Amino acid sequence: MKMKSPTAMIPGLYLTLFFAYLFGPLIIMVITAFNSSSFPRVSPWECFTTDWFGKLAADDKLLAGLGNSLLIGVGVVCVAIPIGLAAAITLSQVGPKLRAALYTIFIAPILVPGVVIGLSTLIFWDRIGTLFNAPYESFFYDGTFLTIFGQVTFIAAYSMLVFLSRIQRFDTTLTEAALDMGATPTQAFIKVLLPFMAPAIGSATVLAFLASLENYNTTVFTIVSSSTFTTVLSSKVRYGLDPSISAVAVIIIAITLIGAIIYECRNRYNTKGWAHVVADRPVLKVATHPGTVAVILGLLALAAVVFIQNHDSSACTAQILEDKRALQQKLMEEQSLNTPQQTVPAPTMPNLGPLGGDEGGASAPSPFGNSIFSPENLGTSAPDGQ
Amino acid sequence: MTKEISLEHVWVEFGEFTAVHKANLNIAGGEFFSFLGPSGCGKTTLLRCISGFQEPTRGKVKIGGEDMRGVGPNKRPTALIFQNLALFPLRSIADNIAFPLEVRGVDKKTRRKRADELLELIALSGQGDKKVSELSGGQKQRVAIARALAVEPDILLLDEPLSALDLKLRQHMRTELRAIQKQVGLTFIYITHDQGEALTMSDRIAVMNKGKIEQIGDGKAIYDHPTTSFVASFVGENNVLEGTVLSNDGQKMQIDAGLGTPFTVESHPAGGPALAPGDDCHLFVRPEALRISKDESSINQFESNFVTEEFEGNMRHIVMNANGKDLKLSLINDGTNAIDANAPVKLDFAPEMGIALKPGELASA
Repeated sequence: MKMKSPTAMIPGLYLTLFFAYLFGPLIIMVITAFNSSSFPRVSPWECFTTDWFGKLAADDKLLAGLGNSLLIGVGVVCVAIPIGLAAAITLSQVGPKLRAALYTIFIAPILVPGVVIGLSTLIFWDRIGTLFNAPYESFFYDGTFLTIFGQVTFIAAYSMLVFLSRIQRFDTTLTEAALDMGATPTQAFIKVLLPFMAPAIGSATVLAFLASLENYNTTVFTIVSSSTFTTVLSSKVRYGLDPSISAVAVIIIAITLIGAIIYECRNRYNTKGWAHVVADRPVLKVATHPGTVAVILGLLALAAVVFIQNHDSSACTAQILEDKRALQQKLMEEQSLNTPQQTVPAPTMPNLGPLGGDEGGASAPSPFGNSIFSPENLGTSAPDGQ
Repeated sequence: MTKEISLEHVWVEFGEFTAVHKANLNIAGGEFFSFLGPSGCGKTTLLRCISGFQEPTRGKVKIGGEDMRGVGPNKRPTALIFQNLALFPLRSIADNIAFPLEVRGVDKKTRRKRADELLELIALSGQGDKKVSELSGGQKQRVAIARALAVEPDILLLDEPLSALDLKLRQHMRTELRAIQKQVGLTFIYITHDQGEALTMSDRIAVMNKGKIEQIGDGKAIYDHPTTSFVASFVGENNVLEGTVLSNDGQKMQIDAGLGTPFTVESHPAGGPALAPGDDCHLFVRPEALRISKDESSINQFESNFVTEEFEGNMRHIVMNANGKDLKLSLINDGTNAIDANAPVKLDFAPEMGIALKPGELASA
């Protein structure tokens, strides 16, 4: 094989780096979901475990948050899509001056920081509620309601952008033709414009739902005393992380992948070239049908769930724990031998802080000395994450 | 069933701009009527007034004697064929044709039956399940017509439907449109900027310019006896000479066009504006009316010099220069019309072929 010149390798190198940058974090996260280490990490590898999925399934707070998020997502789609569509239709029908002004107004919520939208939504509905002397149980103070309204303000604008790009390609004479042929304006809308907009409605729905699901800035204010998936996750990050978060990521990635694969299969299956290929190969035709692909992927997912439920790593984790205890024991003995004059009592708990517990940190001299700021002190005073 | 249409003093104004200027005309039931004019002359606006997409600022549009003000396009007995045809791209051919029935709540079976009938009429039987994108330009054209005919309208309005087709197909569709019109017997109102289309298909033509109807008449009247300078210069090729009327006895006129002896032309028989001695005028002579003088003493003779020739096979289009004025000349290529390029050539035209009109706006070439 001929050696490639260095400049010819640059695009390949760039691509490699690009994909590493794009997918590296995801891959790492997926791996951490199966490591028994109690902090999400890849090395040192302890045991292959599926316990984090079990822990996730038992996490009522996260599941409740997820339920809220899905509910809010559906609510946001139901409200934002019609509003976005109406805005796009309006923009496509008004004169150029009014269009510029309206466009700025419609797009403004995207430019306003989410925090501001969240706060102002909260205050606005609180004022309205106060005006009507509504009790605290009323919807004016309900987190789900407020979050839907807060998110709709900018997600409707996103979906409007999606609709606008499609509606600009709409031939308005089609509506006129429908009217001319006796259709009422409603019939013209339903039978001509809506079918044309259908692909945009589909993508706007997905976009709106995902934007709602992942939103934090606005939601954290408007959700009030309730919680969503993102707020639960963020509080987890604040109060101690464990690999069940990676398990969530694995599930989300799996769902996305399955969806994307089925979608792509459907697209390829419907191309003319493929129809030609499978014309006289009935087996291949059935095998590549998106339905078949969906069933296979579904079965795979089901198998994964069964595997996760039945996999038992307790023997390995017990072994690891035992090793750690032994190591700890050894380190403690070394420490007491090396520093007999130390007045501070040696830690009695196994010093296995989340970061670098295996080194123990004992053999290296601490740059902080034995002051109150010494990291060793943290290990003893902080409540153990395990 | 056909209905007559009358426009009574129809004005359409968009702010300061007057798109239609006091249009007044009657179109009989079953007539093939064309509006001919350059783009921006208001012909499409007038069509939109008839179809209901535009309300006249003043005046009345009557269909079958009924005032149509306030009646929406979906309630009028008209069907419009759009310039771009406006076929629904997401529907099959049959669904396109059956659309007017669908919105009227006709059941699926009847719809399909009617669509098949119409497909037969336009010679596309058995192709109802095809997509619009699978048809050729001419086929789309016919589908648009079939769709317009699906609910048996009284009046079919056509807005330059042939402009997107290539020349051959356009000529073919002209004949076909005319045949369909004869077959179904509807009133056709046809909008075009192509005089060939207007002249070949129409029973009558209204020539429009800048929102005004300049002349209404059949093709022959419009071509042979234009009543305004605009019509004379817009419909067909024409040479225009500026001159002064020397005398007018109601039968013949003497006109000095600065080319030697005064020309003699017939006074306008179609009742155009009368010209009095001393008036300025435009004298129009068609390229095919100019000929090379065969004898020395013929009437309306003048000298000219050869400039250039365009050879078109059956015709020779020659440009001659007479006293600084370029004149176009179309001669049949039958070998009898040799022109000496280096010597002055005498040209003439028959008195009935010269048309003297009040000076007015000329159509830009």
